[in-house]
Amino acid sequence: MKDDLGLKIGLEVHCQLTVLKTKLFCSCPSNYRGEDPNTNICEVCTGMPGTLPVLNEKAVEAAVKIALALDCKISESMNFFRKNYFYPDLPKNFQITQYDKAGGSPIAKEGLVETIAGIIRIRRIQLEEDPGKLSYEGTIVSSPISLVDYNRAGVALVEIVTEPDLKSPKHAREFLQKLRSILEHIGVCDGSLEGAMRCDANVSLFGGKRVEVKNISSFKEVERALNFEITRQKTMANVAKAEGMETRHWDDVRRVTVTLRVKEAEEDYRYFPEPDLVPITISKEYVADIRKRMPELPDGRKARFVKQYVISEEIAGVLVGEKLLADIFEESLRTRMASNLLGSWLAIDILGYLNRSEKTLADMKFKPKDLAELARKVEKKELTENTAKSVVIKAIEQGKSTFEFAKEGAAITDEKSIMDAVKEVFEANPKAVEDAKSDPKAINFLMGQLMKATKGRADHELARKTIEQAITAGS
Amino acid sequence: MKGISREDVRHLAWLAKIELSAQEEETLSKQMADILNYFKILDKIDTKSIEPAYHVREVKNVFRPDEPRKANPDEILKLAPAKKGRYVKAPKIV
Amino acid sequence: MKMQSAWEIAEGVRKGSISAVEIVEEFFERIEKHDKEIRAFITVSKDSAIQQAKEIEKKRREKKLGRLAGVPIAVKDNICTRGIETTCASKILKGYIPPYDATAVRMLKEEGAVIIGKTNLDEFGMGSSTEFSAFFATKNPRNLNHVPGGSSGGSAAAVAKGLSAVALGTDTGGSIRCPSAFCGVVGVKPTYGLVSRYGLIAYANTLEQIGPIANNVIDAALLLSCIAGHDPHDSTSIGENKDYTKFNSSAKKLKIGVPRQYFGEGTQKAVSDAVWRAIKKLEGEGAEVEEIDLKSVGYALASYYIIAMSEASSNLARYDGLRYGFQDSSGARDWSTLFSKDRKAGFGFEVKKRIMLGTFALSAGYFDAYYLKAQKVRNLIIQDFQRAFKKFDVLMGPTMPTTAFKLGEKTVDPLAMYMSDCDTVPANLAGIPAASIPCGSSNGLPIGLQIMATPFEEGKMLNVAKTLEDILGVYAE
Ligand SMILES: [Mg+2]
Ligand SMILES: [Zn+2]
Repeated sequence: MKDDLGLKIGLEVHCQLTVLKTKLFCSCPSNYRGEDPNTNICEVCTGMPGTLPVLNEKAVEAAVKIALALDCKISESMNFFRKNYFYPDLPKNFQITQYDKAGGSPIAKEGLVETIAGIIRIRRIQLEEDPGKLSYEGTIVSSPISLVDYNRAGVALVEIVTEPDLKSPKHAREFLQKLRSILEHIGVCDGSLEGAMRCDANVSLFGGKRVEVKNISSFKEVERALNFEITRQKTMANVAKAEGMETRHWDDVRRVTVTLRVKEAEEDYRYFPEPDLVPITISKEYVADIRKRMPELPDGRKARFVKQYVISEEIAGVLVGEKLLADIFEESLRTRMASNLLGSWLAIDILGYLNRSEKTLADMKFKPKDLAELARKVEKKELTENTAKSVVIKAIEQGKSTFEFAKEGAAITDEKSIMDAVKEVFEANPKAVEDAKSDPKAINFLMGQLMKATKGRADHELARKTIEQAITAGS
Repeated sequence: MKGISREDVRHLAWLAKIELSAQEEETLSKQMADILNYFKILDKIDTKSIEPAYHVREVKNVFRPDEPRKANPDEILKLAPAKKGRYVKAPKIV
Repeated sequence: MKMQSAWEIAEGVRKGSISAVEIVEEFFERIEKHDKEIRAFITVSKDSAIQQAKEIEKKRREKKLGRLAGVPIAVKDNICTRGIETTCASKILKGYIPPYDATAVRMLKEEGAVIIGKTNLDEFGMGSSTEFSAFFATKNPRNLNHVPGGSSGGSAAAVAKGLSAVALGTDTGGSIRCPSAFCGVVGVKPTYGLVSRYGLIAYANTLEQIGPIANNVIDAALLLSCIAGHDPHDSTSIGENKDYTKFNSSAKKLKIGVPRQYFGEGTQKAVSDAVWRAIKKLEGEGAEVEEIDLKSVGYALASYYIIAMSEASSNLARYDGLRYGFQDSSGARDWSTLFSKDRKAGFGFEVKKRIMLGTFALSAGYFDAYYLKAQKVRNLIIQDFQRAFKKFDVLMGPTMPTTAFKLGEKTVDPLAMYMSDCDTVPANLAGIPAASIPCGSSNGLPIGLQIMATPFEEGKMLNVAKTLEDILGVYAE
């Protein structure tokens, strides 16, 4: 994306506090996934007349952890506000959230997150309740009705609002991945759960009006939605249509944004202090205690990986980009062997395969220590790296919890067998053998032929050494 | 505040999601103006250095333990006028 | 037949000299006979009441009876009763059966009280005459041409006419004290936070409390003792469980402040005369009386209405017809239209007006001048009361500036109706306890005297009320 577009992207990320057992203001179980519609509901989270909210103690702790992880200033006292607007997924037709004006104070503000492409400033983070979930018959546009499930209503969310510091759709995705890894490291939000991290994006171009895109449910979608929206706004600008302030909905089926509502003016949410909840003080001691118990964060872990396991910054960076990946890596490496090999398998080969095949780390059914054992075998030359990798990929592909080797699959490491194979290859390729005497590139060709003949099982180093010696001996 | 125009009344009714008849709009614009005018009595008091009393008692830090309790979802769902299966049915969104 | 007080009924039921079932049936006979003209009840819950009474009889054999054993109680219809329709006197909640009991209701049931029905009110508590019920107006039992006051008009009328031994009301800006004064009964608005609001269908959260309406001070104190206390479901509840029924009737050394602002222009002479007569009697018993100024009280009404309407506009947003209550059936094609139609048909005009005004007061550009300003003025009022209570045990004045007005007299002029709350709203803004007790009458219409105390001094306040009651005699039919 070129800078002269005057592109400004800011994100509002809603993260469910999946670590909590109950919703933010009532005792309903917060894990609604896999439940029938409208089963995890009570009189409070469905907004029955006369009910009152009471704050979940653990929600504050989780939010403080996030605030610390994002380097925010934590408020000494926070309070809740009502954000008033009507919508069918909102049981009370107001959302209990936090606010930074009119005497309001969210749990924290002014933080930052470092990404490769630069620092993202965090404007504020706030605790609020999730609305219910709407579904449609077909798409949001074509459906003649909407169906409301209040199981999600009242689930605790932390909304993280960034400054418009994101440079491109790709950068937005990078930031979100980093954020997810941070949240997973502090153990408050499991980003692998569908809908646990959702984001709204604000985009403006050429200094035009801000357009808000809602309903972005995954990080891949963020990049797609933003790219679509930027192209759309560029086209609009080219035909000289003025952009009004607008809220659009990302239709992830058709992969387009559609108008949800055009704002005549700044939306009037009529914020005022929630009268049914009392202020919460967050003492220095309380924060200090949580800070003491804060687990290692991705950046710290990356530095440690580089130092402790002697792996490259790049590989370490990829590994800590996903907590589970880093965990598997460390779990595999209790004995600190084969760290480079394992690091690059996980960060490049396995992750690459997973991304290509739309699988996740959860599809890896084997034990990390078995994976480490495999790497160790390669290091001990009992197995070629190629064989090991293909065995691993096959195991993921088939969902197997153990590695299976073809009968003839073991690495060929004894000198005699290699020598026999080299002889066969030399007999079949006399021209190349001749060329190799003056052109080292021909050795590569012979290596290739040898690996082909041994189905890749020949130990690389030994085979090359044997070929080189045979050529030298023959000239 | 000069008064409350029919336009103002219509905008507020839109915000509050209340459909009004022409008669109601008319009566409201008159009555609301009278009442808002009465409220202006507060302008006589200097409150520059006064904090708002959002909460009348100084209660702070009230929490609930994070312990789940299953409620009575069927009794609640039964109250919805329109349903489809276990979903609450609403008209279209866009 | 002599009216029995609630504490006498409970004592009799506990001892076995009164049958809970018989007493409940007696009250239903009275309801059948008189409620056709008074119209205090929206719902009468005879079957469940008889059932409850039978269970109390059973429990008596096990000697596990509570402080309100067998006492018939009427509950204002904005307090949730599980399994009994609760409407707020609004079309939008017609047919609504709460899936839970309000905490106060649960506590009453645990003490053995028998819920005989749900009483009429101004829709969602928005009114001072019970004429703004969506269903029908309640009449003043002392004179059927007059209003019973509001918004707990049904509860006060039921108690005054002996259709219920005691009743629960709610008081946002005087809604317990106003009808208590107009009907000649005792009404108590507790300190904000003493009684749980869980299950009280919100009109204005920072102002309202559930409280007792009774025929005498002991009954009111007994009822209050049973519903007071901390509730984990209400973050703003901080009350302790106390027994308010221990009295020591004496006015010696009692310091009474009488704010001049409570005897303003609109106060009827008969009212101020009756109130002063009562205060003088206490002085005769050894109380020290002093007239004082509570300047900020003159701004209370505006501050009160801005806050109440603002909170109401948000509280009442949930009535959209989706999860419960009235839904328009004309087939609105989008959700916004459906909500607007539900609310058009579901709310009465007064409710719409207050929602509109509250929406205005909270909206961008007006928030500071209205809602914020009103909350600041409220702080001044709180401070004024705090200063006064440094010097006085209680403050006294009229509950209402006038006796009950005629039906229809003030329905056309909203401001005139609002003005009649001028003496009751200051206590709600300050969150202090206030009671109304009968202190005389004019042309057969009762006059109420208001006693206010510092937060959580209900004991002191009720002690004064009891002393006055002993001097003046119980005003009963
Ligand atoms: Mg949000
Ligand atoms: Zn719930």
